[in-house]
Amino acid sequence: MTHTRQTAPGSTPTGVGGEGLDARLVVQRGSFRLDVALTVAPGEVVALLGPNGAGKTTALRALAGLVPVSGGGVCLDGAALDRTPPESRPVGVVFQDYLLFPHLTALDNVAFGPRCHGASKAKAREIAAGWLDRMGLADHAGAKPRRLSGGQAQRVALARALATRPRLLLLDEPLAALDARTRLEVRAELRRHLAEFEAVAVLVTHDPLDAMVLADRLVVVESGRVVQEGTPSEIARRPRTDYIAQLVGLNLYRGTAGGHTVRLEAGPAITTTEELSGPVFVAFPPGAVTLFRDRPSGASARNLWRCEVAGLETHGDQIRADLTGELSLAADLTAVAAAELGLQPGATVWATVKATQTHAYPA
Amino acid sequence: MTRADTPGAAADTLTGGPRPGRVRRPGVPLPLMLPALVGLAFLLLPLVALLARAPWRTLPDQLTSTAVWQALQLSLVSATAATAVSLVLGVPLAWLLARTEFPGRGLVRALVTLPLVLPPVVGGVALLLALGRNGIVGQWLDAWFGITLPFTTAGAVVAEAFVAMPFLVISVEGTLRAADPRYEEAATTLGASRFTAFRRVTLPLIAPGVAAGSVLAWARALGEFGATITFAGNFPGRTQTMPLAVYLALQNDPAAAIALSLVLLAVSIAVLAGLRDRWMTTS
Repeated sequence: MTHTRQTAPGSTPTGVGGEGLDARLVVQRGSFRLDVALTVAPGEVVALLGPNGAGKTTALRALAGLVPVSGGGVCLDGAALDRTPPESRPVGVVFQDYLLFPHLTALDNVAFGPRCHGASKAKAREIAAGWLDRMGLADHAGAKPRRLSGGQAQRVALARALATRPRLLLLDEPLAALDARTRLEVRAELRRHLAEFEAVAVLVTHDPLDAMVLADRLVVVESGRVVQEGTPSEIARRPRTDYIAQLVGLNLYRGTAGGHTVRLEAGPAITTTEELSGPVFVAFPPGAVTLFRDRPSGASARNLWRCEVAGLETHGDQIRADLTGELSLAADLTAVAAAELGLQPGATVWATVKATQTHAYPA
Repeated sequence: MTRADTPGAAADTLTGGPRPGRVRRPGVPLPLMLPALVGLAFLLLPLVALLARAPWRTLPDQLTSTAVWQALQLSLVSATAATAVSLVLGVPLAWLLARTEFPGRGLVRALVTLPLVLPPVVGGVALLLALGRNGIVGQWLDAWFGITLPFTTAGAVVAEAFVAMPFLVISVEGTLRAADPRYEEAATTLGASRFTAFRRVTLPLIAPGVAAGSVLAWARALGEFGATITFAGNFPGRTQTMPLAVYLALQNDPAAAIALSLVLLAVSIAVLAGLRDRWMTTS
């Protein structure tokens, strides 16, 4: 198979200049097509965030050389990797369920890489011991993987991936296999190790919190394409797809702005504080919505919609109401308020949002 | 591995382990019960007869006679050698069948299993035509290297390996298919070539399957009769393995035949006991 580098001009962010990762991955599998451009500077941690089946893991496997690409190319620190077999790429991978070799001790798992790279048995073990020490696992060097806790196994997997001194570190759902409590701890620790890592790190996750805590920059992938990228705060403040809006917990609408009014494609208008024109997004948090049983008399008709309760669920210590009607939206309210309003599926309510609570930005 | 109740219990009974409770469930229909008991008796009766008629008193002498020792030794050596050949050739073959895609793989797989169902005598004839002194490969072995396989111990090993290797291949291939291929990928990302990944990761992971396959192949090789007598002949000390010795002894010294049979029975039971967890309960 021949690969030609065909990064379209202007299709990738600038500012890397040979160092770091510059990749465009095209993988065609049946009717599914992944086409993702990725540029990451050394020392930067980028998270590929997306729903299941979006192609994140495929992208990661393509970077590692485990999946053949049908187009594009991978360039790491100025060298093309397209014809480099996976075992010769300077890449370390932390797999989703770690894939620690069950027949080897933690130490020998970590020593595996250095050994394959030509180190003597003693030297490889010395390197491995150093890494386990850094991970705070010196006491567990002799343990087989099945005797390690989830958090320990995760650290061994990280040590194993780092022991070959990769220029590109790939992490596939690094926290998905952990229970909630361990996760919190391991996430903070992983954040520290990633911050120390001087080369390129790319991680894949479907958990927005993991992505936002661990990564400097998020690349959101849906159906094989990049739909949005930016810093975690940018993404959280200005989501551009329903998927991201849901992840960060915002109601999101697309419409056309004229002055302070955004007319939505579906009909109603939303009044905003920003003054914009042309295609825009409007977002507001569910907590900003106030619900009334009857049409509030004194209120202005701005940002007031007649809705029907489609569903209710507990959301933390609040009740989240799914509303349909003039505008489909999610509203958060306290259990007391929900009881006083007599909320139940099918009930009619009036929903209102203050203009100051909305946020409009160009689409 | 979790043990299914019934086969495990059956194996336990055979090997004298704990017995299942003898609760007679009411309502086993007679048309099922009767043939079942007859079938059980049919399978056990010959073994009982073998034990009943065993010349227990002269057994020590029988078993220490040179002829028996010779046959036993030859059997053990050739079965072990055949297993070794099967391992060296069969494990890579199983890996090829389980881990790679190539045109006609289904056909290759079917051909590999053919010796399982082929009458061993036919296998022996086929081996003669391939590796015999005038065989399509054998004539060159003879002309170029002076190697003659038929009617030699090496020939017995070849015949046994031909019949036994499919057991190993099928067993190892099944284990490989059940093993997670992503471990090999993990090894690859750590810098291991595909062969290193196989040697240092896959092989240790499938070791139990390889061991089970080896024991099966070894047992099959030990009992091999048809292909061996056809291809290697029946020369005491050279190609006369236990089964051949049993057959020959039965004609002029039945007591020796029984003694030899007892030895093979003991070996079979040992194999069954060794495999019960892996093999008996997998279906």
